[in-house]
Amino acid sequence: MTEHPAVGAARLHIDWTRCDGRGLCTELLAGRLARDEWGYPLARQAAPGDRSDVALSPGELDAARDAVSLCPRQALKLTSAP
Amino acid sequence: MDAALWAIGRGTGVVALVAITLSVLLGIVTRSGRPLPGLPRFSITLVHRNVSLVACVFLLIHIVSLFFDSFAQLTLLDIVVPFFGSFLPFWQGLGTVAVDLLVAVTVTALLRNRLGLRVFRAVHWLTYAMWPVALAHAIGNGTDGTSPWFLWLSAVCTALVLAAVGWRVSARFVEFRSVRAGELS
Amino acid sequence: MTVMAARVPGALPGTAAGVVPGAVTPSGGAVPGAVSPPAGAARLFRAADASLAGHLAAYAALPQISEAEAFIEELRRSGLEGRGGAGFPVWRKLASVRASAGLSRPLSSDGTGTGTSTGTGTSTGTPMSRGRARRTVVVANGAEGEPLSLKDQTLLRQAPHLVIDGLLLCAALVGASTVSLFVSAASHEAVRRALSERPDAGHVSLTVAPEAFVAGEATAVANAVERSVSVPRDHLLHLSQSGIGGRPTLVQNVETLAQLALVARFGAEWFRSMGTPDEPGTRLVTVSGDVPVPQVLEVAGATPVDAIVAACFPAAPAGHDGSAPTAWPGVSAVLVGGYHGGWVPGSAIDLPLSRAALAVHGAAPGAGVVHVLGSHRCGLDAAARIAHYLAGQSARQCGPCVNGLPALADVLTRLAARSRDARLPAEVVRLADVVTGRGSCSHPDGTARFVLSALTAFDSDVRSHLDGRCEVHAR
Repeated sequence: MTEHPAVGAARLHIDWTRCDGRGLCTELLAGRLARDEWGYPLARQAAPGDRSDVALSPGELDAARDAVSLCPRQALKLTSAP
Repeated sequence: MDAALWAIGRGTGVVALVAITLSVLLGIVTRSGRPLPGLPRFSITLVHRNVSLVACVFLLIHIVSLFFDSFAQLTLLDIVVPFFGSFLPFWQGLGTVAVDLLVAVTVTALLRNRLGLRVFRAVHWLTYAMWPVALAHAIGNGTDGTSPWFLWLSAVCTALVLAAVGWRVSARFVEFRSVRAGELS
Repeated sequence: MTVMAARVPGALPGTAAGVVPGAVTPSGGAVPGAVSPPAGAARLFRAADASLAGHLAAYAALPQISEAEAFIEELRRSGLEGRGGAGFPVWRKLASVRASAGLSRPLSSDGTGTGTSTGTGTSTGTPMSRGRARRTVVVANGAEGEPLSLKDQTLLRQAPHLVIDGLLLCAALVGASTVSLFVSAASHEAVRRALSERPDAGHVSLTVAPEAFVAGEATAVANAVERSVSVPRDHLLHLSQSGIGGRPTLVQNVETLAQLALVARFGAEWFRSMGTPDEPGTRLVTVSGDVPVPQVLEVAGATPVDAIVAACFPAAPAGHDGSAPTAWPGVSAVLVGGYHGGWVPGSAIDLPLSRAALAVHGAAPGAGVVHVLGSHRCGLDAAARIAHYLAGQSARQCGPCVNGLPALADVLTRLAARSRDARLPAEVVRLADVVTGRGSCSHPDGTARFVLSALTAFDSDVRSHLDGRCEVHAR
C-alpha cells in the first residue's frame, strides 16, 4: 500500500503544461499515482496542494528517477522538500 | 581478410536495417501511449531506446568493416558526405544520408534534457525519412540487395512500417483520445 | 454590462470606524501636513481629475522612503493585503522578493528578518551574499481578467498616478531594473497618458493584456511581459524567487499599489483608521447583477455585504436608523469575490465582507466582486452558465482542466435543466475534486470552489430540480 512519506521528503513535480497523460509514471509509481478518467496522473491520498508536487517515500525514489527519465514529455522533475 | 570484412559488412547491414525497422515500430507504439501484451508502457519506451542503440552499434560495425574492406572503397569523407563515393555513389550515398540522419536523431535523443522537448521532437520526425532512405540504400547498394530472401524481408518490413504509419495517422491512435476534449495547446 | 464607473461615492452611512485627526507624518522625509490625510472611506479618488496636476493637488508628491526596512515594517503594521484576489500580506511579498534579491536577510517563520526562511513554500535557503544583489522585476497587474470586476480599470482611468506612485515605490524597495504596467485595453490610453506626464516613469513599460480570464493570473502576467504569451506557466519556484527571466519578480495588483502609495504618505495608523483590525483600510468593490445602479464603490474593510448592495439602490428602504437592512427582499444570493468566489445565500448577506465571515460560504473578499442574483433568477442556471464560461476560458494547457471543467459544467447544466438523475450532485463533487490542485494555475481550483459553493447555497433548489421542479421558475 502507499507508504506515508516523511516530512521533508523528496517530491515529484508534475508540469501540467507538458503532461499528456501517457501513463508511464503511473506504471512505475503505481502505488503513488493512479490515472484519472482522461489518463492523467492522479496522486493517491494526497491533499490538493500535494497533487502537483507529489510527496515520495525513500523507497520510491528509484522508480521516481526512472519516471523522470522516461517521461516522453519531460513533464516530471524531482525536487527536494518542501 | 577482405572477404571476412565484407561478410561482416553485409551481415551487420541487414541486422541494422531490421533493428531500425523494429525501432520505428516501437517508436510509433511509444507515441500512442499504449502498452503491448507483456510490455507495459515504460518497457516499450525502454525497449525502443535499447533497440535503437543496438541498431547504432551494428551500423557502426557495418561502416567500420566496410571502411577497411578495400572492395567497398569507402573513404572517411563518404561516411559523412553523401554521393561522392567510388562504388555505386548514389546508392551508397543514400546510406550516408541515413547515417547522418541517425546521428542527428541519436545525439538529440541522448541530449534531450538539455536541448528541450521541441528540438528533440523536431529532429525525431526525421526518422520517417531515415527509414526509407536506409531501405533504399540496402536494396540498391547491398550485395544481397536484390536477392529474393532480402526482398522478402524488405517487403515484410515495409508492410509493417506502412501498417504502423497507417495506425499512426488514424483518429483513435492515441490512448484516451476518444474521451479527451480535444488537443492541448 | 453597463456600469457607471464615474466618480465613486464616499463612505457608506454607518461604516466609518473613526475619524483621522489632523495630518499623519509619513515615514520618510516628506513635509508633514502638506496635504491632510483623507478622512472617511473616500481615499483613492480624491483627485479632481486623472492628470498629474490633479493628483499632486490632492495627495502631494510621494515622499522619499529612505529606509526600506522601516517602510516594510510600516506596511506590516498597516495590515495591507493584496487586492487582486489572493489577499496576501503586501509586506511579506516585498520582503520575500527583497530576500531573493539579496537585499535583506531571508524571513524566518515568525516574520522577523533573522535566521533561515521557512514560510509557505517560498524558502530561499540561499545564503545571503554581501556582494551583487540580483536584478528584480516589478509588474503592476491591471489585467482584470475577471469580467465582473471593473475596479482596476476604474482606478487606472481615474487615479493612475496613485498606481504609478505605488509601482515606483515598490521598484525602489526591491531594486528593480525592469518595471512594467500590465493593463486591460479599456484603461490603456489613460495609463499611457499618465505615464507620459511623469518624468520619473520613463523606464516603465506598458503592455496590454488580452481579454481572457486567466490573463490576470500572476504567472500569466509574467509570461505576457516576458514572452507576449498570456498563459500561465509551470513554476518550480515562486515568482518572488524566479519569475521573468529567472529573476525575482513582484506582481502586485494596481489597487494594492495605490493603497500602498497612500500608506507611504499617511502611515499605517491612518490606514487602520478605517475598517476593522482584521480588515483594515478600504477596498474597492464592483457591484453588478440585479441592482438598479451597478457601480464601483470604495468601502471600509468588513462593510456588510447587504450595505454594499443597498448603496446601489436609489433610495434606502424606509424605517431604518441608518444601519443596513438585514434581509434584502428580491435577492436570491450574492456571488462574492468573483467567478472563483462563493455564493452567499440572500438570507445571510448581512455578514461583513471579511475573510473570516465569508469563509463558511467558501468565499473571500477576493477582488471585491459583489454580484447580485435577483430572486427571479434560478441560481443553478446562473451557476451553470458561469461554469461553462469558465470552462471555455481554460488556457488549454493542462489535461485535468481542459477535460474536467467542461465535464463539470455539463453536469451542472443537466442539474439546472432539472434532470432527475439523483447521482448528479455527487458527480459534481467528484469532478470538482478531480480537477483541484492539478493544473499550472488555480483556474480549476477556483472553478471547483465556485461550483461547490453553488451546490451549497442553492441546495434546496437542487432538491427541487431533481424532482423536476424549480423554486424560481414555475415551469
